Amino acid sequence: MAAARKPKKPNINKDELIGYYRDMLLIRRFEEKAGQLYGMGAIGGFCHLYIGQEAVVVGIEACAKEGDQRITSYRDHGHMLACGMDPNGVMAELTGREGGYSRGKGGSMHMFSSEKNFYGGHGIVAAQVPLGAGLAFANRYRGNDNVSFAYFGDGAANQGQVYETMNMASLWKLPCIFVIENNQYAMGTSLQRASSTPALFTRGAAFGIPGEAVDGMDVVAVKAATEKAVDYARSGEGPYVLEMNTYRYRGHSMSDPAKYRTREEVQKMRAERDAIDHVRDLLTASGEVDEADLKAIDKEIKVIVNEAAKFAQDSPEPAEAELWTDIYA
Amino acid sequence: MTIEILMPALSPTMEEGNLAKWMIKEGDTVSSGDVIAEIETDKATMEVEAVDEGIVGKLVVAEGAEGVKVNELIVILLEDGEGADAMNNIASNPTDASIAKNEQPMTATPTMPKTPMAAATVEPDFSPGTTFTKQTVREALRDAMSEEMRTNDNVFLMGEEVGQYQGAYKISQGMLDEFGERRVIDTPITEHGFAGVAVGAAFAGLNPIVEFMTFNFAMQAIDHIINSAAKTLYMSGGQMGCPIVFRGPNGAAARVGAQHSQDYAAWYAQIPGLKVAMPYSADDAKGLLKSAIRDPNPVVFLENEILYGKSFDVPEGIDHTVPFGQARVWREGSDVTIVSFGIGMTYALEAAEALVSEGISAEVIDLRTLRPMDTETVVRSVQKTNRCITVEEGWPVSSIGSYISSIIMQEAFDYLDAPVITCTGKDVPMPYAANLEKLALVTTEEVVAAAKSVCYR
Repeated sequence: MAAARKPKKPNINKDELIGYYRDMLLIRRFEEKAGQLYGMGAIGGFCHLYIGQEAVVVGIEACAKEGDQRITSYRDHGHMLACGMDPNGVMAELTGREGGYSRGKGGSMHMFSSEKNFYGGHGIVAAQVPLGAGLAFANRYRGNDNVSFAYFGDGAANQGQVYETMNMASLWKLPCIFVIENNQYAMGTSLQRASSTPALFTRGAAFGIPGEAVDGMDVVAVKAATEKAVDYARSGEGPYVLEMNTYRYRGHSMSDPAKYRTREEVQKMRAERDAIDHVRDLLTASGEVDEADLKAIDKEIKVIVNEAAKFAQDSPEPAEAELWTDIYA
Repeated sequence: MTIEILMPALSPTMEEGNLAKWMIKEGDTVSSGDVIAEIETDKATMEVEAVDEGIVGKLVVAEGAEGVKVNELIVILLEDGEGADAMNNIASNPTDASIAKNEQPMTATPTMPKTPMAAATVEPDFSPGTTFTKQTVREALRDAMSEEMRTNDNVFLMGEEVGQYQGAYKISQGMLDEFGERRVIDTPITEHGFAGVAVGAAFAGLNPIVEFMTFNFAMQAIDHIINSAAKTLYMSGGQMGCPIVFRGPNGAAARVGAQHSQDYAAWYAQIPGLKVAMPYSADDAKGLLKSAIRDPNPVVFLENEILYGKSFDVPEGIDHTVPFGQARVWREGSDVTIVSFGIGMTYALEAAEALVSEGISAEVIDLRTLRPMDTETVVRSVQKTNRCITVEEGWPVSSIGSYISSIIMQEAFDYLDAPVITCTGKDVPMPYAANLEKLALVTTEEVVAAAKSVCYR
């Protein structure tokens, strides 16, 4: 990854930046709360937090329009919040309650929203890649100009089905943006230990798919790169690969002691490259926004997250009859 | 010595073909590699090349001859210096000559019983005035897809060789011409990938039909069939369904070895969220496939290569659908219930016919769909006959038959006069050798023996 950024004036207006700040902060606070609820035993099973990677989804969602679809892996809370899903419904799914998006039957890794075109929430590494291309296939079949965002990690980038999909997506010019969220570790295995070629943005090259490496800790850079990719796909040119270089602060899941990296590495990243601090600096450096304004946003987010946590714990468990529903349409 | 050229088998399951055209005439000199004839099978028209040199002595089978059996003598070549009199011994009796050349002219392929609808058979319930046409299972499947594609633009077909090649087993013959490349889509050989793409398209509300060249190759894609297609409705709390059909030939063909000969009925029938159909006859194949395409759930549709060329009466001029979860009673009987599905029905019906001469009256039930499974019809039948055997090509462990026998034990234990016998494929990978393959498959004789055994005869 590149060295620490120097603050520079972004080509972006204040209100937009404030929006990104708010969205990223919501994800961070939501995930911190989820971690806390996990520790209290309110959330069970697997729980993969998105803390550190917030700029990726927020920057990408800034380029999405009505009808665009998104699909991702099991580290999905951030994606759901960024596309406008209700934090109450997401948190209540984490606690396995009736008020959850899947009425408690999906859990952290399996949530969906037809309304927001969020197609999950998939627990099999890289399965969402062909599924995401399938969403793009439907767009092309229907002749609309929507695109689909298929998110996957640096670990999934080594799966065979990714390349089967890239081949077809390029062959059929599917409007699919392959977003590789390179958070440097596939569970406990670093990119260097798992990938023969670390430049993941070139992984589509053999299929004629353009790719770009992006500073995934900088929401402004993410947005700029995504705009280009989306224009390309929307205009019928075919798929595009975006490698978002990012970093997850927490372990792979809640049960990961993260012994495969040093505490210093994590601390350095948080101190020097934090995505939210970066936007905060941009906003305050311009003088247009002061600490008090940002505090007000922090407070607003805290209310939303506390309300979600309360809702998720107050919502009843699903009725026992739910065991037998939704197996067949 | 004259050279006898026999009707060649152009696919593992070919039993006969038409001699569409001779490319040679008597007196011509042919050498190795020359095209001598065009042969038409139910799948394709193919050229036949000479492998020997000689002078065409006699065209034994006339151009345009239909139903020429594999290994039947079709042309005699004379070697250097031989005269026409050299043919005297053989030309008179070509069939014997062919058998002498090969002791097993494709007999591994089971044949339909001559009269499957004999005395005690049951006609399906069609409204009066319905007319029927003879169709192969292959044609019925194509018609089912085409009819549904004509009425619903969201339905499309995707798979290896479904378009330009006209289908590896010619199920999609003519469909590219009618529906175009947008809706009849040739894929690269990437089952895992294209199954996932199709499931994603189904999430988005389209109705894909995915053809696997055979279900053996669908093992590459089984994660998407089970984890992505079957479970999403449940995991999404009912928000997001997956209206998709996965179809293709399943089970043993003939002499294609272990990796290409496997029955997945029991595998898929275990998965909640999937529906599984395995038709035997052409009318059921058509009716069930149309139902499958309209179903809002993922359907695994298991066909059989050997059945593709078999003909049955199919209702014409109506929108013929068959509901899932309704078994079909092919023969009524009073002494033993034989439960089967798919190609297993061939043995079940043959056995029932053979049992007549033993004085045993067998009731034959075709499950037609394995999920949902109409166990009610089976239990009702067993309450009448007090005996049951099951027939399937799949392996014995955790088979469909073992499930049925457990259901009968739970729901009709007091009616049973004998233990249920499950007739299955043998518990071995499929061997290649013709004799061993025959031993590995379930046979009509085994079904007859099982029926006699439960009748204590």
